[in-house]
Amino acid sequence: MTVNETLAQASNAMVYGSMTAFTGAMAAFSISLAKGRRLEAIEVSAERASASHQVRMGSTATLDKPAVSTSVSDGEELGEGRRAGNIGMSLTWLGTLLLGAGIIFRGLSAGRAPIGNMYEFSLAGGFAVGLTYCLLSLSRDLRWLGLFITIPVLLDLGLAITVLYTESAQLVPALNSYWLAIHVTAAVVCLGAFTMGAALSCLYLVAQAAEDRVAAGMEPGRSAAIAQRIPSADRLDLMAYRIHAFMFPIWTFAVIAGAIWAEAAWGRYWGWDPKETWAFITWVIYAAYLHARATAGWRGKKAAYVAIAGYAAILFNYFIVNIFVQGLHSYSGL
Amino acid sequence: MATMRWLWRQLTSMRIALILLFLLALASVPGSIFPQRGTSPLRVSEFLKDNPTSGPILDRLYMFDVFASPWFASIYLLLFISLTGCVLPRALEHYKEVRSQPPAAPRNLSRLPVHMQWHSDSETAIVISDTAAAWKKRGWRVRQGEDWLSAEKGYARETGNLVFHLALLVLLIAVGFGGAVGYRGTVIVREDSGFANNVTQYDTFAPGRIFSADQLPPFSFELKKFTATFQRGGQQNGAPREFTAELLVKDDQTKQPRPVTVEVNHPLRTSGVTVYLVGHGFAPEFTIRDASGKVVWEDAAVFLPQDSAFTSSGVIKVPDTVPQLGIQGFFLPTVTNDFSKGPKSVFPAADDPTVYLSAYQGDLGLDSGMPQSVYRLDTKNMQRIGIEELAPGETWALPNSAGTLEFTGYREWASFVITKDPGKGWALGAAIASIVGLSLSLLIPRRRAWLRVTPTEDSGNLIEVAGLSKTEAPGLADEISQLAKLVKAPEAT
Repeated sequence: MTVNETLAQASNAMVYGSMTAFTGAMAAFSISLAKGRRLEAIEVSAERASASHQVRMGSTATLDKPAVSTSVSDGEELGEGRRAGNIGMSLTWLGTLLLGAGIIFRGLSAGRAPIGNMYEFSLAGGFAVGLTYCLLSLSRDLRWLGLFITIPVLLDLGLAITVLYTESAQLVPALNSYWLAIHVTAAVVCLGAFTMGAALSCLYLVAQAAEDRVAAGMEPGRSAAIAQRIPSADRLDLMAYRIHAFMFPIWTFAVIAGAIWAEAAWGRYWGWDPKETWAFITWVIYAAYLHARATAGWRGKKAAYVAIAGYAAILFNYFIVNIFVQGLHSYSGL
Repeated sequence: MATMRWLWRQLTSMRIALILLFLLALASVPGSIFPQRGTSPLRVSEFLKDNPTSGPILDRLYMFDVFASPWFASIYLLLFISLTGCVLPRALEHYKEVRSQPPAAPRNLSRLPVHMQWHSDSETAIVISDTAAAWKKRGWRVRQGEDWLSAEKGYARETGNLVFHLALLVLLIAVGFGGAVGYRGTVIVREDSGFANNVTQYDTFAPGRIFSADQLPPFSFELKKFTATFQRGGQQNGAPREFTAELLVKDDQTKQPRPVTVEVNHPLRTSGVTVYLVGHGFAPEFTIRDASGKVVWEDAAVFLPQDSAFTSSGVIKVPDTVPQLGIQGFFLPTVTNDFSKGPKSVFPAADDPTVYLSAYQGDLGLDSGMPQSVYRLDTKNMQRIGIEELAPGETWALPNSAGTLEFTGYREWASFVITKDPGKGWALGAAIASIVGLSLSLLIPRRRAWLRVTPTEDSGNLIEVAGLSKTEAPGLADEISQLAKLVKAPEAT
């Protein structure tokens, strides 16, 4: 089977279009953050122990405690930056959809699943980040997070088209299996969601640092500029935890699907190939994160560092192991 | 005794488990940095040759056998002891909890994170019994008091957690068991040649610790044809596209042979053994005659590929001439006119096959008793008598009247990995159980709900509903207000 060049070029055009949209989104989100009012007074952190959900039952509900909201997801709160945030959100949707179309055209051009080399995997990874963010933003306001999502997506796409670009082509026989679609799609989804998890954990550390200074009676410090414009540390920590906890079983599945495929392709389900080793390391670090959040003395900042270390292991596995380490997973196409 | 108990408590604490997890991640890192004997023994010997000082020290530290090293094993064994010590008591506790009723409702429900209340004229006993029935229907475990209800849901969370950790134990045992009783061998088979499952037929054979050779099932196969296709043109010129090996398989000696096509990702499975296609190459065919014209060697010699364009090297040993004859050479599936880098093939398919040969005369060294590689010529006691380039069908009249060598053509060969791993099914089952357990334990929230009916001064009742989540899952407030709607106590007007 030959490669359809027209479709391959259409795919490239869409990827460039997507990058343009994401660049616009990044600019809009920056403006939104810069102009936005503080989302929440940092002083609230001192009261967060008493934060409580209140449920209103009909009109006769009796609220016997003052409602303290640690949630700041009301669109109104973004103030002046609101319009810029909306533009950023729309452009993120556009960029994500264009990228999705680019990936589909890439697959059509070669008549196969478009996840056969690092270029294609990077496109899929960027798409997964964008899609996770867009879908999660449907049920809550995530405009404050937009800047921290578009930056990694643009870095990823930039690397994809400059360093990792590979012409559309057929697969090597080792990749010619339906497990490619299962194993690699699961891995891509994890890459996307863990990127978001790591962004939230980083923001949590920023917010926590500012809150700690306020609690200690100091000025909020330099990080306050960001901390004032994002949700409270507790809330960020919880969001990060939920993403990681939701993704951990999927990551486990991605690794096990890889093992099943390896059994069919290489004659063993686990062989400590460098890529396998780093998938294992990543798994162990995220397992440690989940345990850390349930261990006294490890919750909070320490756990967040563990989550970020897990993401660092993913990046190491992706860039360093794929390109520089000799192993069975050498499909980068570089 | 007190020390032992203290040690045990430490070992089974979450903090130590956490540290062991970090150690396990850290200990795996050198396994991806240094070449490992298990996966690439050749690169280990190269590394040792290139690093004569640091190499042996690293080797003493098991840096080339990280995943089989005592220190790696001690970390994961400690981790699994810690896991067992943590999970077994929890399993007992959970078993008791599942069989017992939720604890009684607390006195003051308004202190709970989700709380709502309203006034009603309904009768206490009816409210309690009707609500209990409604909540039970929703899958809550309900304990009924005189004027209160206590309900709990989400036991599957802890069940899943325990299943996950126990599945990891089973997985570890399955991996160890499979490695101990199974085996893994490799063999190169030329087209029109066969393989019978016998230890002596393997090129390499790695049995498990308690494997015995009589466990080898008696199957055999013949390689009828091997086909490889490659990308032509473009950035990925020469990249492989398809490998197929057509076999004639006899599942045991009494059975009729059946044709089987083995491809990458499509192994042959027979009698508990799996046969994988892992590599291929060329075997040029030669006919060598001595000075009198007698055929002294006629076969296809397996040449090993050196690069992605399948520049292949190999040797022929002819022990029956006097003096003995040795041929060393290269097979180039597609020859080029550019010799600046020596004889190199430019494409992996046999478009323009050519051999470059050097002929040696002397003592092959086969009688020294030292085992020799069939891919290496020991030229210590030999003398080179000439070099030649040949296309298929061409004959080289060897110098020193050593006879003639005819390059008659080529065959392809395929290499196979043949494995038996009886722990495989168990490992897969444990892996699936671990995902199911993990999903339950991370996605199902454990939560409690209460109802309390308190008489008020004006002959009515105060209805209170409250909830508490033991986890950080969202949606508790919504769920509790759903439960509140099921309370059969309409608001007093």
